[in-house]
Amino acid sequence: MDDLLREFLVESAEHLDTVDAELVRFEQDPNNQQILRNIFRLVHTIKGTCGFLGLPRLEALAHAAETLMGRFRDGYPVSGASVTLILATLDRLKAILGDLEATGSEPAGADDDLIGALEKMASEEVPAAAAPPPLPELPPIVERELKPGEVTLDDLERAFMEAPGPDDFAAMDAPAPAFDAGEPAFDSAPEPAAPVQAPERPAAAPSAEGGESAVAAKVQTIRVNVDTIEHLMTMVSELVLTRNQLLEIARRHEDSGYKVPLQRLSHVTAELQEGVMKTRMQPIGNAWQKLPRVVRDLSAELGKGIDLVMSGAETELDRQVLDVIKDPLTHMVRNSADHGIEATKERLKAGKPARGSIRLSAYHEGGTITIEIADDGKGLDLAAIRKKAVERNFAPAADIERMTDAQVAKFIFHAGFSTAKAVTSVSGRGVGMDVVKTNIETIGGVVDIATELGKGTTFTIKIPLTLAIVSALIVKAGAQRYAVPQIAVLELVRVDPKGDNTSANSIERIYGAPVLRLRERLLPIVTLDGLMRGQATVEEGEIVESGFVVVAQVGRQRFGVLVDEVFHTEEIVVKPMSSKLRHIPLFAGNTILGDGAVVLIVDPNGVAKLVGQSAQSGAATDTESEEVEAGDAKATLLVFKGGAGGFKAVPLSLVTRLEEIDASKIEHLGGRPLIQYRGRLMPLVPADPTIAIRSEGNQALVVFSDGDRAMGLVVDEIVDIVEERLDIEISADRSDLIGSAVLRGRATDIINIAHFLPLAYDDWARGPRKTVVKAPSLLLVDDSAFFRDMLTPVLKAAGYNVTTASSAEEALTLLVNNAAVDLVVSDLDMPGRSGFELVAAMRKSGGRLAEMPVIALTGTVAPDAIEQARRLAISDLVAKFDRSGLLAALAEIGEAAQAADARAAA
Amino acid sequence: MQAANGNTVPTDTTDYVTVFVGETMFGLTIDRVHDVFVPAGITPVPLSPREIVGLLNLRGRVVTALCLRRRLGIPGREAGAAEMAIGLEQAGETFALIVDGVGEVLKLGADTQEPVPINLDPRWRDLSLGVHRLDGRLLVILDVDALLAFGDAREAKVA
Repeated sequence: MDDLLREFLVESAEHLDTVDAELVRFEQDPNNQQILRNIFRLVHTIKGTCGFLGLPRLEALAHAAETLMGRFRDGYPVSGASVTLILATLDRLKAILGDLEATGSEPAGADDDLIGALEKMASEEVPAAAAPPPLPELPPIVERELKPGEVTLDDLERAFMEAPGPDDFAAMDAPAPAFDAGEPAFDSAPEPAAPVQAPERPAAAPSAEGGESAVAAKVQTIRVNVDTIEHLMTMVSELVLTRNQLLEIARRHEDSGYKVPLQRLSHVTAELQEGVMKTRMQPIGNAWQKLPRVVRDLSAELGKGIDLVMSGAETELDRQVLDVIKDPLTHMVRNSADHGIEATKERLKAGKPARGSIRLSAYHEGGTITIEIADDGKGLDLAAIRKKAVERNFAPAADIERMTDAQVAKFIFHAGFSTAKAVTSVSGRGVGMDVVKTNIETIGGVVDIATELGKGTTFTIKIPLTLAIVSALIVKAGAQRYAVPQIAVLELVRVDPKGDNTSANSIERIYGAPVLRLRERLLPIVTLDGLMRGQATVEEGEIVESGFVVVAQVGRQRFGVLVDEVFHTEEIVVKPMSSKLRHIPLFAGNTILGDGAVVLIVDPNGVAKLVGQSAQSGAATDTESEEVEAGDAKATLLVFKGGAGGFKAVPLSLVTRLEEIDASKIEHLGGRPLIQYRGRLMPLVPADPTIAIRSEGNQALVVFSDGDRAMGLVVDEIVDIVEERLDIEISADRSDLIGSAVLRGRATDIINIAHFLPLAYDDWARGPRKTVVKAPSLLLVDDSAFFRDMLTPVLKAAGYNVTTASSAEEALTLLVNNAAVDLVVSDLDMPGRSGFELVAAMRKSGGRLAEMPVIALTGTVAPDAIEQARRLAISDLVAKFDRSGLLAALAEIGEAAQAADARAAA
Repeated sequence: MQAANGNTVPTDTTDYVTVFVGETMFGLTIDRVHDVFVPAGITPVPLSPREIVGLLNLRGRVVTALCLRRRLGIPGREAGAAEMAIGLEQAGETFALIVDGVGEVLKLGADTQEPVPINLDPRWRDLSLGVHRLDGRLLVILDVDALLAFGDAREAKVA
């Protein structure tokens, strides 16, 4: 394909897009002659060039459209039908251009249908009433300044008239002669077209001579290949790095005579960088260009009146970013038009203007660009979303109930979510919004929703201006430095070892898991150093006492990353990770710092994922708070000090009495501490292994009793009784704790009393009981250590004593020798003997094992697996990663067992 | 290294850059070798495949350094021992192959080339193209593409 044709294609595509948008504008404002003139001119340009390049089909179409538009200019009334027809013609033009681009020649085909319709409409009689007065002579200057490569209408007209028409071309043997460099072969035209200046190089430098009278101050521009700019950008990035290195060296050499030239170099580089960045910038309007047309078509299709108001189209952003957000934006606007704006009838009923409006605006804000898509429609039906979220099982019902409206609204970004009652051709297929969110997040952007029922919905998208250079915090962990993108960082908190200074922040531990209290919230802490060693949890012995906590937020997840040192913020050039390292989720890329060292860029998303994996997010633990206080949002808790100065709490409803006893009265029988209490011997159990039972002075006890048995829980000090909403934050991997919560601003462990009772009385669990304190024993069988580790805390938090086995053989041995196991949760796909074989062996062995409830975990639920499970009397088949499904299945078995117990007791 | 380029006579000989790991001499076809340099300032990459030593800055480019010893499955060199790096390129990416030392460039014909002995360690066999019989020693020709084919999905379990 020759250059001329290629340039024509690029330019025509742009023109057509502009015409698209302008036509929609014109339809709404038919009296605006300026818009019409602009449209007319653009179509005319296309027509002229087509004729010139020997593209008869395109030319004929453009000509017919132009004729109809000419009628508009003469005062023919602009109707929706005529605009639709012209838009259809433009679409045809685009299709032909597309083929032309692909094949290099105009595709065969006829456009008689469109041309006929256009001509028919153009030849229709002008209604008498609208008979226009003769138009005044058009002013010679076009409405907007000419873009490069465009020529004035006058030039074109002249060139067009002098150029051979399509008929002449058709008569010629070679309709599309290849234009060699330089002057096109005008000689082949029947008449020599001597004085023509303009359109032979449609996209080259502005035709100065031709347009000099009409346009005085033209902006000089050229088209540059994007790759060229990309390359330039890379080179500038390298230059920036080299400059930084030089500066670093100069800093170390006192005597340097380089200082001045270096300073100069530094400035020039900065300016150069800025300049190149600018060339990559494009107005966001480029991404919006198609939207007026989209909305117009939609509004016709849906039978709603919708206006699209756009502001800030000139806001510039990096073209790479622009490319990524183009589709999401279109989708969101479609979505607003389809779901947001109500039907006209409903709008009138609600007392709103009949036409809905979608407002699209963009503006700069710091280093980011903010785009808002606001409609004045019906708003999101949050109640419906909540219901749907529960139905679709996006999160545990209790969680959803507790979520704020903003959190609920975000469910619309969930894959497979759509509340539209019917699937329309426009949207409602449940695909799209999740893709929108993903797309935006891949470039480090965030989406927020503000909605008010009946008033409308506003989506706010914040995205970085550019991806190539980001602002990052340089931190040190272990011996290494890392860069953390600033956009994910909320704040930095300095932490000091406990005790040095009471006012300082210090990290507290809950069974080794570090947390930080930050404004009445518990922030889970991971150490960057630990992450880099592949562990999201922090080992007990590790010192995480001082340093800085980088508070980061990713989506709804907030966490702290403990680093040893924080240096400074630096604009870094993001370089992609090597293909060999791209699989490591922790890194977003790497960069070279001023001192020449390569550092890795931490990917906050990757860290969040790892944190989420180990912290079990909040889902499972929140259901546990439910179990503690039977759905009551507020719980009264007894807070006491027990073990290593930490605060612990237990639901007050379980406590019988608080006692302060004389330590000298404590007796030891068979190595177990006891006390005479109300005429009976009461065993004492420390609330924490580190608590030493005192031998003198007073000893505080929390007494639990059940029927005629009582147990004294030895604590250091009873602190308080608080009534607070119990929001358990982290599930501790420990059977004596349910989790931890913030009570009165303190991190507090909630103890699992079910753990202590059997310590006092071996048979407590089997004794009659009023409160639910039984901890059934569960055997978890899975060959993957990772999976065992992941599930064990969940099951423990759900109140089970968990034993694990890594194979069917081990499980069977355990089951035969350990009478305490109440139920089995087993993976089905294991090397060696499968889960099915295990269950089959259990069933065959008879007795207790034959009846023991079994829940099977499976990667895929195949029909034959279900059949086999039924044959083996497996209670439930649960997908391997469906934690809530597993807990629900367990609860079901628990209820059945309790019912059976009750029957047995009666 | 650039010197060896340019005036190659079209014969059936091939130029090899020789490198050393322990006592063994290896050869890399010269057209794959872009650089020879002393590696410095390597940034280790946590959780990376074990063959990868880290990333280093080679004249403003970030280069992934991999250790030939680890790639061949032989024990690492002593701390402080000299190392050299060979710059290799594959699919637009630059890699640095860390070796113990770099020797001269040898021009070798097909007459001294032998297929890879079948009793060679499978790991080595997969990475070799052949062996040249030289005076008093052997030269194992390394397959650069095979050298760089590792990691990726195999190590993805860390994720």
